[in-house]
Amino acid sequence: MTIARAPADSTQQMRATDGLSLEHVSLRYADGTHALDDVSLEVRPGELVTVVGPSGCGKTTLLNIAAGLLQASGGRLRRAGGSVGYVFQDATLLPWRTVRRNVELLCELERIPKDERRRRAVAALERVGLCGFEEKYPRTLSGGMRMRVSLARSLTLAPRVFLFDEPFAALDEITREDLNDELLALFAHERFAALFITHSISEAVFLSSRVLVLSSRPGRVVADVAVPFAYPRAPELRFEPAFTALRRTVSSALTEGHA
Amino acid sequence: MSAAAPGPRRRPATQSAEGLPLPHASVCARLRAVLAVAVPPLLVFVAFIVAWLLGSEVLLSPSKRFLLPPPQDVVSVGLLDAGNASEIFGGLWLTAKAAMLGFALSIVIGMSVAIAMAQASWIERSIFPYAVVLQTIPILALVPLVGFTLGYDFTSRVLVVVLIALFPVITNTLFGLLSVDRGLHDLFTLHDATRWGRLTKLQLPAALPAIFVGLRIAAGASVIGAVVGDFFFTQGQPGIGVLINLYSAQLQSERLYAAVIVAALLGIVVFVAVGLLNRLTVGRWHTDTRAR
Repeated sequence: MTIARAPADSTQQMRATDGLSLEHVSLRYADGTHALDDVSLEVRPGELVTVVGPSGCGKTTLLNIAAGLLQASGGRLRRAGGSVGYVFQDATLLPWRTVRRNVELLCELERIPKDERRRRAVAALERVGLCGFEEKYPRTLSGGMRMRVSLARSLTLAPRVFLFDEPFAALDEITREDLNDELLALFAHERFAALFITHSISEAVFLSSRVLVLSSRPGRVVADVAVPFAYPRAPELRFEPAFTALRRTVSSALTEGHA
Repeated sequence: MSAAAPGPRRRPATQSAEGLPLPHASVCARLRAVLAVAVPPLLVFVAFIVAWLLGSEVLLSPSKRFLLPPPQDVVSVGLLDAGNASEIFGGLWLTAKAAMLGFALSIVIGMSVAIAMAQASWIERSIFPYAVVLQTIPILALVPLVGFTLGYDFTSRVLVVVLIALFPVITNTLFGLLSVDRGLHDLFTLHDATRWGRLTKLQLPAALPAIFVGLRIAAGASVIGAVVGDFFFTQGQPGIGVLINLYSAQLQSERLYAAVIVAALLGIVVFVAVGLLNRLTVGRWHTDTRAR
């Protein structure tokens, strides 16, 4: 099974289901814990939507539902076909595999032939700037490099929908901003639909076309803030007054939702 | 994975820790590291031999010296005398065969059982109590039963080894299989990994360090099991345990000591071999988190 990459210009005209949509999704656990309450959101191809919210508000739960790892107790999930790219909080690399073999893993699970697998792995590593590290073991890499390997791994299946679960939360600010810039470059190139969880408001505003603010448990969408800056975004954007103003908007929505 | 590549822990010989080209310093450092590992146990060994020598030659009167013959006599009579040596090493070989065969069976059976238990918790719940029973009944109480039922030959010795070595393989393998990181499991779930793919590409490799802990314990236990089996099952060619019994009954103390030492060496060789295998397979990627 090979997944053909759609030509870049056709992705612009795709219908809503070519991205990701959640309609009135809620989750109540058997023990009565109400984790999510009537969450609706839509991410179209070429859109990067971030979700911010207080810790424990069900951000990761929301992502797990979007990925299909968790069954919602109510509502509808619609997602583009093919595999979904999921980037975890940790790099989740297999320590016994070299970088290249780690990047090949998903293709292996999807039974893609060896030559093709290797070709895609090398190409993906090149895109995240890790040429020359193919035969290293994960433990010899820094946290930022491991995260790049993790990104490269998810790129190999060219998913139409990407889910990010606070992927850069454990990294220092400089590395995180580097990776933010790089992620935007990848995004500009691929135009996938991305749902990105973070607890950094700055990261949220810098990356996304829209910021959704969740309330504390049970999680509800309390604000949907459009970010008007055009892609590609230069790193200097972080210092512009308009950027700071938007950060403030998101921050106050977060405080209100928390109260 | 090329065989010529240096191990990941070792730096290239042309670089010091700071990355400066100081080949001489690094050779010295490595030599010092080897000495630091080798010297302390060597000193203990020398001290042990000296204590043995003194105990035998000074503390014991000549009439009682047979209780603790001096080390040189143990070596010359027990190990260098061709007739004695061939008897002792012949016995050792037989015992080693029982230990190795039993160990191999324990690995195969133990890992299969653990893999089955890791597939579903109901399988684990059904089998685990019996694994614990196997471990808690005193094996010595079972040994006569084994002989009574299966006869007093090689098969019974192997079975005793399996009875004693199986439990550590099962528990450690199971522990390893069940401690795989949750995120990695999610990753495999997302990409519809088959049970087989999950087992071979994720759980078994992840469990290898724990499996080796079990194998080390089982390796030592196998040798014990084989010697214990010898004590009870004296039919056929004598194993090292049979010889130890015989020599002690005949007050042949040099040969007795030589036989005991040789049996101990078997245990050490097996233990070291498993450790080496561990280093070759897991050492490349697994680091213990001990502070250095």
